Amino acid sequence: MTEGRLFRWLRPWVFPALLVGAFEWYARRAAALGSDALAPPSAAAKAFVGAALDGSLWQATGFTLGTAALGLLIGAMLGIALGLVLGLSRRAAQLGSVSIEVLRPVPSVALIPLAMLAFGFGVRMELAIVAFATFWPLLVLVQSAVQQIEPRLLEVSRVLGLSARERAFKIVLPAIVPRLFVALRLGVAVALVVAVTVEIAANPNGMGYAMMIAQQSFDPALMLAWLGWIGVVGFAVNAGMVLLQRTVARRMGVMP
Amino acid sequence: MNSNDRAPSGLHWLGSFAVLCALVALWWIASNAGWVSRVFLPTPQATFASLLEGLNLSGDSGNGELLAFTQATVGRMVEGWLLASLFGVVLGAAIGVSPAVRAWIQPTLEFIRPLPASALLPLAISIFGLNPGMVLFVVAFGAMWPVLLATVHGFAAVEPRLAEVARCLQMSRAAYIWKMGLPNAMPDILAGMRLALTIALIVAVVGEMIASQSGLGQAILLAARAFRASDLFAGIVLLGLIGFVSNALLAFAEKRLLRWQQP
Repeated sequence: MTEGRLFRWLRPWVFPALLVGAFEWYARRAAALGSDALAPPSAAAKAFVGAALDGSLWQATGFTLGTAALGLLIGAMLGIALGLVLGLSRRAAQLGSVSIEVLRPVPSVALIPLAMLAFGFGVRMELAIVAFATFWPLLVLVQSAVQQIEPRLLEVSRVLGLSARERAFKIVLPAIVPRLFVALRLGVAVALVVAVTVEIAANPNGMGYAMMIAQQSFDPALMLAWLGWIGVVGFAVNAGMVLLQRTVARRMGVMP
Repeated sequence: MNSNDRAPSGLHWLGSFAVLCALVALWWIASNAGWVSRVFLPTPQATFASLLEGLNLSGDSGNGELLAFTQATVGRMVEGWLLASLFGVVLGAAIGVSPAVRAWIQPTLEFIRPLPASALLPLAISIFGLNPGMVLFVVAFGAMWPVLLATVHGFAAVEPRLAEVARCLQMSRAAYIWKMGLPNAMPDILAGMRLALTIALIVAVVGEMIASQSGLGQAILLAARAFRASDLFAGIVLLGLIGFVSNALLAFAEKRLLRWQQP
């Protein structure tokens, strides 16, 4: 019985352990042959501990996560507000549809040079791009969530003579909360990916830049440490969001 | 869902286009009246002129490079996407068809899923160096995940009774994949491929920016560094157009391919 549980607990780790082992062997062999492009995972782990001890790890991680969160906040607020309007008014949705379909497919990274020009390097350019990238999925998902509200709820609000403001805050928002958290979960994933991408491509701050600079200064161990750390952070943040979304859905009485 | 009553009629299209025109007019006023510095917001007519000149449509110069850049970017995106779709479906089918393999490997896949594709660029640069093949590899690798995970999911979600039927009929594993698994996973795979196309475009542009491979990504970065805002906007317009057209084509194909599912 306990043996079976132990086995099930260990099973997910076998494949990654094999991969890391193979990579360790390969990188050691490559290093023995005189290549300095790769480092074995053991060296990466050592570099990781070094970065964690001298504080650069936490500083860069904090920058990336903070910027992603703030950008998501801006993009989500705008997206939710417009999504509510477009979801509640069919006419507004029809009028806006072409503009949205034309603007939405612009890849967010295409705005990196523009944001560089307008804001220079730093927090603001990254915020602008993260906000742009998270705005569209939230807009679309909130709009469809509002359109799927039980029509009788809206009828009740009309019978009660609620103002548009009251209708939005008392009827619509509570009704879409479970779907809103699904949308936010997607937004968090997008925000993190876009933030790291902006740092790799342009912005000299945060985790993406730290990895880029490690590569450029021929420190493959540190680069791999950052790659692994970015993966861990992304996984943890996403897992946290899934947990939050499920909790909210259960509290709101929706079966997961 | 409710697509029937939301199908826009001619009048709605007209109104919708009018809103888009109003937005462009707002842009025109904002840039011409100098509300926003022209260093980063060129006028619409300047953007249009840059676009025409870059695409060699204005007639006089004939040395615009935007068309070649667009071809390079689209080529990278489509090649990477096709590779990603192929490997994603093949690997996904191989993993998804067997519950045992799924149990061993899927947790690892779920762990790698949130990793930004662009984070692999530095690793790929140090392994392959700065060349077009490196960018193509990262595009394909980054775009593969949605397809791979969707295929695994589609195979895992095959109705158990269908699997029993296949066992009763003594179908070979290949026949099972071909006749039950793939058709069942088709909607998932197509949705994954659509996401993959978006990722492919993004990674292609980032790759061009970092590895300075010729293409729209490099073109807009250089335009921004030289403060040529109208060229920058022309590039952004083209990238938006690529995203729009590729998405529309794929949505159309999806509708055609999944027609058998509709009752």
